[in-house]
Amino acid sequence: MKITNQIIENHGLNASEFENIKKLLKRDPNLLELGIFSAMWNEHCSYKSSRLHLKKLYTKGKQVIQGPGENAGVIDIGDNDAIVFKIESHNHPSYIEPYQGAATGVGGILRDVFTMGARPIALLNSIHFGSPSHPKTKSLLNGVVSGIGGYGNCIGIPTVAGETKFDETYNENNLVNAMAVGLAKKDKIFYSKAKGINKSVVYVGSKTGRDGIHGASMASAEFDENTEDKKPTVQVGDPFTEKLLMEACLELMKDNSIISIQDMGAAGLTSSSVEMASKGSLGMELDLDKVPCREKNMTPYEMMLSESQERMLLILEDDKEKDAKKIFDKWDLDFMVIGKTTDTNNLTLKFNGKIEGEIPIEALATKAPIYDRKWIRKKISKNKINLKDLKKINMEEALVKILSSPNHSNKSWITNQYDQSVMCDTAQKSGSDAAIIRIHGKDKAIAVSVDSSANYCKSHPLTGGKQIVCENWRNLITAGAKPLAITNCLNFGNPENENIMGEFAECLEGIKEACEFLNYPVVSGNVSFYNGTNQKNINPTPVIGGVGLINKLSKPISHNFKKDKNVIILVGKTFGHLEQSCFLRENYKIFDGIPPDINLLNEKNNGENVLKLIQNKLILSSHDISDGGLILALCEMSISSSYGAIIKKPQKLTNLFKYFFGEDQGRYLLEVEPSNLTKVEKSLKDSNIYYENIGFTQKDYFEIEGELKINIKDLFKINNEWYNNY
Amino acid sequence: MKSSVIVFPGSNCDRDIGVALEKMQFKNQMIWHKETKLPKSDLIVLPGGFSYGDYLRSGAIAGKSLIIDEVVKAANDGCLILGICNGFQILTETGLLKGTLLRNKNLKFINKDIQIKVINNKTKFSNKYKKNQVLKINIAHNEGNYFTDSKHLQDLKENNLIAFKYCDRKGSVNDQSNPNGSLENIAGIYNSNKNILGMMPHPERMVDELISNTDGINLFSSLLN
Repeated sequence: MKITNQIIENHGLNASEFENIKKLLKRDPNLLELGIFSAMWNEHCSYKSSRLHLKKLYTKGKQVIQGPGENAGVIDIGDNDAIVFKIESHNHPSYIEPYQGAATGVGGILRDVFTMGARPIALLNSIHFGSPSHPKTKSLLNGVVSGIGGYGNCIGIPTVAGETKFDETYNENNLVNAMAVGLAKKDKIFYSKAKGINKSVVYVGSKTGRDGIHGASMASAEFDENTEDKKPTVQVGDPFTEKLLMEACLELMKDNSIISIQDMGAAGLTSSSVEMASKGSLGMELDLDKVPCREKNMTPYEMMLSESQERMLLILEDDKEKDAKKIFDKWDLDFMVIGKTTDTNNLTLKFNGKIEGEIPIEALATKAPIYDRKWIRKKISKNKINLKDLKKINMEEALVKILSSPNHSNKSWITNQYDQSVMCDTAQKSGSDAAIIRIHGKDKAIAVSVDSSANYCKSHPLTGGKQIVCENWRNLITAGAKPLAITNCLNFGNPENENIMGEFAECLEGIKEACEFLNYPVVSGNVSFYNGTNQKNINPTPVIGGVGLINKLSKPISHNFKKDKNVIILVGKTFGHLEQSCFLRENYKIFDGIPPDINLLNEKNNGENVLKLIQNKLILSSHDISDGGLILALCEMSISSSYGAIIKKPQKLTNLFKYFFGEDQGRYLLEVEPSNLTKVEKSLKDSNIYYENIGFTQKDYFEIEGELKINIKDLFKINNEWYNNY
Repeated sequence: MKSSVIVFPGSNCDRDIGVALEKMQFKNQMIWHKETKLPKSDLIVLPGGFSYGDYLRSGAIAGKSLIIDEVVKAANDGCLILGICNGFQILTETGLLKGTLLRNKNLKFINKDIQIKVINNKTKFSNKYKKNQVLKINIAHNEGNYFTDSKHLQDLKENNLIAFKYCDRKGSVNDQSNPNGSLENIAGIYNSNKNILGMMPHPERMVDELISNTDGINLFSSLLN
């Protein structure tokens, strides 16, 4: 078959990339080889637009066992225990086929974690949809939520935390990011690097079908009006088989038979074999006649590019095949030696006794293109918003508007569809700042949270990047955990557009700066570009997933007010920053202005000291202040409790809206018993932390003196209506 | 007391029930679904999960599995059998318990803490509870909507075979306190000999104050009584 320009274009490669391929091969590729290049050189697998920027991220720290570049990141939590975690996007497939797209997103990220020898212990997700009034939103929401639940519930890993947001920027491109967290032994982590020549390459798991062919290439291009036609590129998930595969792999990992292991994710057999061989600087020969196939007459091209789910590639030590096969037989899974490692440094593909393709491994891996794409800094909006020019509203009206909005409504409609309790170690569930998972059989626990702030990132990417890292850090602090490390999922538009590339570069600068200052390294992550349709790009949406450690777990304090007549302390300074606030968005549809500034020095100092107070058991409940400002944080603490609060009017900042709705950063709310107040205040003063005693908890009502008084049952009702009526 | 937990390939609450049984000092063994012999046990547990994927009707394949013949034999010999969630679904598929579990009324998976009321506290499984005691307990299922014919329902009532009913915090049994559409709010039932209990809620999830509460503990201590 002659390779025409049309065929090259259909493979998502441009002319210069094709010339490059010819140079690397020193001949023209055949169709199989072209397909393999296209699978490895697309944005999704090669990170060709992002790699130069990703290199700059902060990835070090004593706690880091494995940083970016492996299936998942690994951190040390002491006592030979390690936490393995990563977040990944499945945006494009979930828009085309929401249930399967979301389900296989969960399946893929779980494999990344158990591939490394970890038993998954928690799932999280960040999902973004278009405007609720957009005709597709409701069915996408339904499909994605049931897909996430369908997979996690069946395999039996609790889905413990997440975020769901709506904004018209996602009308044509929803985001589905799934994060998995696993527990491993520090001295028993498995890696993908191949070692040794003539070692058996073993295929295990499901059979290979014709689903998901070119999935990774599909995820590396913008959508257009023909998006629906891409349905066949979406894989179909089988959580039951994944459960079998997980148990079989973990069982095999108990002894020393595995040299290296890699899951077949995006670009399936191609990327797994190339990655293993490339990391080990070896070659690999595959006999495609041996690949277990689901359908008849599958071609080498289809086998190499299929993204059928629930498959793994292993390289085994000599003479271990028999014992390994026994385990996979027990779990009724395919087990087939399909090739061996070689010293040729080539990927050699045999079929029917003939060599059908032969490509130098390095041409597919290290020699894949890297682009230093043009980017420009964001022009910062100079528009100042003057509150006096806006239509007058009263405080209650403004609060109700936010509390009843889709973005701030109670999300139990979603979280009730996820099994959060299976495995019996979930000490704090969704609906809190962070979820808390006990380390099975031990006293310690981890806290986990995912966060994003696309509005901040859109208006000022540098600040936005810093802000999400800080918000995520705060969420772990309020759970009483020491933040250890993060994973990031970088969802952006088309990187060939210099404005979008600028958003990417600047967000990363911000993330790097905050991570470095807080000693909160990035250990894994994923980039998803081309989130756009017909040249309309989404707002930059980096998502941060963080993990923190609680050395000795006691009953979580959570953010619910515990008793009446306790003192409420506001930690951190309130300046009244309203631009980019949820107050202006929800009440006035004003999207202008810059986000609140991040002061990393205060952020660190405030966080570390709040953590100390919680660890010393001086705090009854705590909550971080984020979008919606002080008033929303107070309401959230009241709604989930039977106690409300009575809050004094501020003495310094006279504009009540600025004070109560401003989104200044680095702030926390703490509930303190009067008998502990002196101790808490002394501790804050000693550390030079700005704080205010803003009021007291009280029964039944949420109240701002002389301004508003609402029964918390009514607040609950207002906050719980939207999803049930949607 | 000796217990055996049957592990199907897609069971996912097997570890949880194992931990709970051991915590309560049961001598527990995990039994793989391909085994054809059961060790001598005082209690057999069919745990929650998705036995064989449940792509067909929940529990349908498990109801025809190798090990299940042994479970049926043991049940007929009077061994105590506890089926939780998927285990309850499997018990109805084997015919050891009558009736069936339909999809939840709202057609969605439901996971939350709800309340159930102890209807019969005079069995091997419930003697440590008070009659009408309200328990806070976790449910997690897609098909928990119990249904049976009117003759069997009559039988359940007349012979005091309803184990638990969904209720609210105050113990009222009504439509509002019914999470899944279950007939007469039924959350669990016994067979006529009361040696078999099938229930949708998860008592093994309620044995640890730090994680949830301890409302499930008395089910296990009843068995030891």
